[in-house]
Amino acid sequence: MFDVLVDNRDLFVTGFLNTILLFLLSAVGALALGTLLAAMRVSPVPALRLTGAGYVNTFRNTPLTLVFFFFAFAYPRLELVDLSFFTRAVLALTVYTAAFVCEVVRSGVNTVDVGQAEASRALGFTFVQTLTAIVVPQAVRSVVPPMTSVLIALLKNTTIAAGFSVAEAGQITPALSERGAPLLIGFFWIAVGFLILVIPLTAMQRNLEKRWSVAR
Amino acid sequence: MSSVLYDLPGPRAQARNKALGVLAAFGLVGLVGFIGYRFWATGQFEGAKWEWLLYENLQVLLLDALGATLAAFVVGALLALAFGLLFAVARLSEHAWLRMPAFAVVEFFRAIPLVVMIFFLFFAAPRAGLQLGAFWSLVVGLMLYNGSVLAEVFRAGVLAVPRGQREAADALGLRKNQVMRAVLLPQAVRVMLPTIVSQLVVLLKDTALGFLITYHELLDAARYLGSLTEFDRPIIPSAIVIAAIYITLCLALSWLAGYLERRNRRRRRSGPALPTPDLRGVRADLPA
Repeated sequence: MFDVLVDNRDLFVTGFLNTILLFLLSAVGALALGTLLAAMRVSPVPALRLTGAGYVNTFRNTPLTLVFFFFAFAYPRLELVDLSFFTRAVLALTVYTAAFVCEVVRSGVNTVDVGQAEASRALGFTFVQTLTAIVVPQAVRSVVPPMTSVLIALLKNTTIAAGFSVAEAGQITPALSERGAPLLIGFFWIAVGFLILVIPLTAMQRNLEKRWSVAR
Repeated sequence: MSSVLYDLPGPRAQARNKALGVLAAFGLVGLVGFIGYRFWATGQFEGAKWEWLLYENLQVLLLDALGATLAAFVVGALLALAFGLLFAVARLSEHAWLRMPAFAVVEFFRAIPLVVMIFFLFFAAPRAGLQLGAFWSLVVGLMLYNGSVLAEVFRAGVLAVPRGQREAADALGLRKNQVMRAVLLPQAVRVMLPTIVSQLVVLLKDTALGFLITYHELLDAARYLGSLTEFDRPIIPSAIVIAAIYITLCLALSWLAGYLERRNRRRRRSGPALPTPDLRGVRADLPA
C-alpha cells in the first residue's frame, strides 16, 4: 500500500507541488482579471459593459481543454513572446477562471440593496467611501462562499494541464501506468492528495457561510 | 437607472462617461487590433490556411467528430441523469445502510478531478481485463462525476418541495416509493430543470476531455486538421472553427436553461409559489 507511494515519491511530490503552484498562480491571476472584468460589467460605460459580457459568454461556453489546446498548440504560431508550457497553462487557467470569478463578484455586488447605496449618497459619502464602507463589506459576504467553489473547481481543473506537457498531479496515473505500478493504489493516493487540498477550502467555506448567514 | 454603485448621471457624469467610453473603445480596438495584426502577420488569414474547409472529406471528418462529441454527450447525459436520480433517492432513504454509502459515493466522485478519474479508467481497466476504450472511459467518467453533482441537485429539489406535499401523500396511504415517484420527484425536477440543464452544459464541455485519451472528438479533429502540411498546418483556423462549434452548442443549451428559468419565474407569479431550493454547496463545481 505505502510502497507505491514511497517507490514513486518523485512522481507524487513533483506532481502535487506543480498542482499547488499552478493553482496559486492562476488563482491570483484569475481573481485580479475577474475583478477587473466585474468592474467593467457594472460600470456606467456601455463599451466596457459589452466587452465584459462578451468575454464572460465566450469563455463560459468554451471547454477549458480547448483553451489549453489554444495556448499549447496555437499560441506559439503567433510568434509572440516565448513562454514555457507551465506559464501557458497558468495563462489558460487564468483566462478561463476569470470569467467565473467575474460572475461571482458581479452577482455579489448586485445582492447589495440599492437603498444602502442611496442612503450613503444621501449622507454625502463620496463614490470611494460608498464603495469601501457600504458596498464592499456587504458584497464580500455573499461573494466568499461561491468564490471558494470557484477556487475548488480551479484546483481540480489544474489536472487538465497534465494533458499538455505539465508534470502535475493529473499526470501521475499515466506515469504510473508506464512504470507498471499498481494503478488502483496510485489512484487512492491521488484521491487522498486532492482531499487533503480540498478539505481546508471546504471547511473555510462552511465556516464563513455559517458565521455570515446569521448576520444578514 | 440608479444602481448600487452610481447614481443617475448628471450632465458632468454623462460627459465623463462618454469620454471614458471613447477611451475604452480605443483601448479595446487597439487590443483586438493587435491580436488581429499578429494573426495577419503570421499568415493566419491567408486563403491557403482556410482552404481545407472546402474539401468534402475534411467536412465529413469534421461532421464525424461532431457526431462523436454529441454521442459522448448524449450517452453521458442519460447515464448521469439515471445515476443522479438513483443516488439522490438513495441519499434520501430512511435506511442508514443505503444512505451512508450513497453519501460516500457522491462525495467521493465530486471531489476527484474528472481528468484523474478518466485517466484511471482508461489506463487501469485494461489491466483488470476490461477493454473499456476511450469512448467508455470518457462516458463512465462523465457519468460518475456529473451524476454525483446531479444527485445533489435532485436531492436539493426534493428537499425544497413543501412538507405538506409529502404529508398529504402519506395521509392518502401512498407507499414510500409512490410518494417519491408520483409526488416529490416530479415537482423537484420541475424546480431544478434550469440547474439540471446548466449541469448538462458542463457535461457537454467536459466531453472535450476525451481529447486527452485520444477519443476522436472535435478537439482531436482540430489537432489532426492543424497538422495537415498541405494546408500549411492550419492549427489556428481549425481551433477557431472548433471553438465556434462548441460555443454555439453550449450557448444553445444555456439558452434553453435560461428559457426554462424564465418560464418557471413567470409561472410563479400566477400559479402557486414554487419553492426556492437551497442550492448552497450543490453547484460547488466549475465546468472543466
